[in-house]
Amino acid sequence: MSLLSIEGLSIEFGGVRAVHDVSFNLKAGEIVSVIGPNGAGKTTLFNMISGIYLPGSGKVMLDGEDVTGVAPHLLARRGLSRTFQNLQIFQQMTVLENAIAGYHLKEGGHVLADMLNLPSSRKRAKAATEGAHALLERVGLSRAAEQEAGNLSYGALKRLEIARALALSPRVLLLDEPAAGCNAVETEEIDNLIAEVAREGVAILLVEHDMKLVMRISNHLVVLDHGEKIAEGDPATVSQNPDVIAAYLGTQAEEEASHAHS
Amino acid sequence: MPELMQFLFSGVTVGAVYALVALGFTIIYNASDVVNFAQGEFAMLGGMIAVFAVSAGMPLPLAAVVAIIVTGLIGIGLNKLAIEPARGAPVVSLIIITIGAAIFIKGATKLIFDKQLHRLPAFSGDTPIQLMGATILPQSLWVIAGAIGVFIGLWLFFTRTLIGRAVLATSNNRLAAQLVGINIKWVMTLAFSLSAAIGALAGVLITPITLTSYDVGIALALKGFAAAMLGGMGNPKGALVGGIVLGLLEAMTAGYISSQYKDAAAFIVILMVLFFMPQGLFGLKSTDRV
Repeated sequence: MSLLSIEGLSIEFGGVRAVHDVSFNLKAGEIVSVIGPNGAGKTTLFNMISGIYLPGSGKVMLDGEDVTGVAPHLLARRGLSRTFQNLQIFQQMTVLENAIAGYHLKEGGHVLADMLNLPSSRKRAKAATEGAHALLERVGLSRAAEQEAGNLSYGALKRLEIARALALSPRVLLLDEPAAGCNAVETEEIDNLIAEVAREGVAILLVEHDMKLVMRISNHLVVLDHGEKIAEGDPATVSQNPDVIAAYLGTQAEEEASHAHS
Repeated sequence: MPELMQFLFSGVTVGAVYALVALGFTIIYNASDVVNFAQGEFAMLGGMIAVFAVSAGMPLPLAAVVAIIVTGLIGIGLNKLAIEPARGAPVVSLIIITIGAAIFIKGATKLIFDKQLHRLPAFSGDTPIQLMGATILPQSLWVIAGAIGVFIGLWLFFTRTLIGRAVLATSNNRLAAQLVGINIKWVMTLAFSLSAAIGALAGVLITPITLTSYDVGIALALKGFAAAMLGGMGNPKGALVGGIVLGLLEAMTAGYISSQYKDAAAFIVILMVLFFMPQGLFGLKSTDRV
């Protein structure tokens, strides 16, 4: 059974159909990538799945439960977390504090116990700090732990955002362009990290422009163009699909190609 | 020397009240980046509600608790009715909404209660205490203790508790806060109720000394704002220090120059801070990533 089911999701902005009737499924441990040209509706689709936008129609099912339009903080509790294309980091906190914030839901101590710094709350804080350190180690940021997040490079912030999302122990992880702005080495690190997380049984939904990364790690591709799903399947099949090639290269290129053949 | 001591005592007393109002500003600012100009009205409400609760026959401590709780609920009402529906509006619009709310609260208080000056009995008598050649009212000690107590409580709340840190996270990045599971609506409700309750406490504590009426809120809001700006908006330590420094400046201005220029001290402070160190004494330099 699929962990995340998208059923006919649609949304309009002032009459423009940003996403129209998109459906697909995501199983535990699977990496599904949503690809398509700029403006195809990939991020809009992500925003609907993660509760930022309320879909015009259609459903988002998480493990058999309807979670359409559920607020992001409640989705986080149900095991769906995400990262953003344009980074949503606590800029004025340190790298470590950002990762600790991911443990927010698990910490849950009593206000008075915390204010009095009782042993129970010290223990909880220690557990969160240790967990955060381990996650930073995993994404290769442990040496930057005490730095203010705002001072980090773009690529490092991308990894920090993934670390924070992982702190919530998600069942479904949505990554919006995790490798954008990263150099080749960083991209490979992120690539390995995503594959590793998937092997642990997390269902991963990816939006990414780096086609090499997408082809290498995805089990399944969903191709959007003008807000509609034009193809889906395994990477090898999708990359041969004429509609997909047309969407990426434009119809003009396709025409030229057919002229050349004739 | 006794003259200076007398000015110091009165400066610290009034400064403690400004510090309490500034602490109220701090909480809402930390949760939402909004400067709540209805903060002074919370202090006015605290005093007025306590006065009328006492005149209705309640013992003073109970009246004080009632005033603080009712004002806290009014704070929640302000958030639910005026701020939350405008969520998504720019911060400047929200600040203007709080100015409107302040005017509304003032008008409603005038209608519901009256236009008279009122006072509360002092908590532990009116016999002045002799100290280093000057005198201090027992009520002043209550005010100072109140400011220090609230400061310590807030400091622990923001640095040690999960909810306190959730408030800070919400102000830092609302979307990121939601992503880690923070219910930002609840954070806002908490911030408004806590700010209102602290404002009301300030009002209850100061009324035996300065008296109260429906229109004392705006002056307290401006002084508290000046104190918060001086200390650095958003920092509880800054609010406390800023409040005390402003109180002392006022007392010295009144004592050595003229009491007519007393109120000017606060406004000169606001201007100086805005010109020369907009981040205040303890505030963080704000940096925006482009």
